[in-house]
Amino acid sequence: MADATLQHNAVQHGLSGEYETPLFGAYSKKVGMWLFLASDSLTFGALLFAFSYNRIYTIPWPTPFHAESIANATIMTACLLSSSLTMVLGVFAAQRGDRAWTRNWLLATMAFGTAFIVLHGMEWSKLISEGLTIPGFPHPAGSSSGELADISKNVPQFPATFFGLTAMHMLHVTIGVIYLGVVALRKLFLPILGALWLAGFLLIPSDNVFHYGIHALLIGLIVAAVILFLKPKDYDAHDVEVSGLYWHFVDLVWMFIFPLVYLMSTKIT
Amino acid sequence: MHDVAKHDDSKGQYFWVWGALLLLTAIEVVLAYKQVFGAVRMLEVLLILSVIKSALIIGYFMHLKFERALMRWMLMVSVVACFIIMYFFYFPDADRERDLGVRWMGQ
Repeated sequence: MADATLQHNAVQHGLSGEYETPLFGAYSKKVGMWLFLASDSLTFGALLFAFSYNRIYTIPWPTPFHAESIANATIMTACLLSSSLTMVLGVFAAQRGDRAWTRNWLLATMAFGTAFIVLHGMEWSKLISEGLTIPGFPHPAGSSSGELADISKNVPQFPATFFGLTAMHMLHVTIGVIYLGVVALRKLFLPILGALWLAGFLLIPSDNVFHYGIHALLIGLIVAAVILFLKPKDYDAHDVEVSGLYWHFVDLVWMFIFPLVYLMSTKIT
Repeated sequence: MHDVAKHDDSKGQYFWVWGALLLLTAIEVVLAYKQVFGAVRMLEVLLILSVIKSALIIGYFMHLKFERALMRWMLMVSVVACFIIMYFFYFPDADRERDLGVRWMGQ
């Protein structure tokens, strides 16, 4: 009887003899990340549907993105696509146990992600300085007239949806860069992140939105420190693969934001 | 656990996928620059290209193509079903407002 029970358990629990065979044939961290990404895709789906709703009923929809903006957004897209490739190469390196190249590819991915954030931040700053602001926010000095100021005044749903959607995505990219930094460098990443936050806060002019937006790094620093000190661990190939899933999702969402928000609002002259 | 390297997983295919994604992006940008189609047709074409790009990212970069069929179908069907529900929440009303002839103040 005891043998039969043991045999039954062995069949039920697979080779480990301790846990049930997972339903999806994947380890729990991966399934957990997929479920999170499924729910997050609904968040972005709702925002994109809301954007499209406004786009359909507002006639005519503003087309403020000239060649320079589209070129900038295209470079940003190339950065994200290339970051996905370096992320895949990082996962490969982690699976063959090559720690040095895992770290190198993750750092390359972070560099592409950081380039995306910087380019996006510069574009935001330019649009805001030319008068594109969301309702309730003051116009910067000298930008109360012009094409973008008129759009903010007459079609407030344009800056509201544009900044809302792209801010949500930029936040996800920022979280992704911090996540990869924690996986790649562990506690060594904390002083780097702290230095970036301080440098950003001191160097970005006080009338720029990112003078305050840079505090997202401080929040990220606190969260990363809590995780790294309360649950210190050596991140393995599974952790690298799961962080890669998150990173590719950020890339995936941009594949819809880029055409819907930028390419459908172009005016090439 | 499902080890990622269990299937025939060559690095070369990821470079091909990356190249395809860049090429599709370039096509999108050219279509927008040249204003090849009217707004509605342009939206349809861009969305089709975006769906192809997202399928490449999900299938290859996110590795879903190599996961079990149960996982693939449960994730995709549930998310797409939610998007279909959202479509019916948003778009009939957007069309109604458009047909009412709402114009922005600058017109």
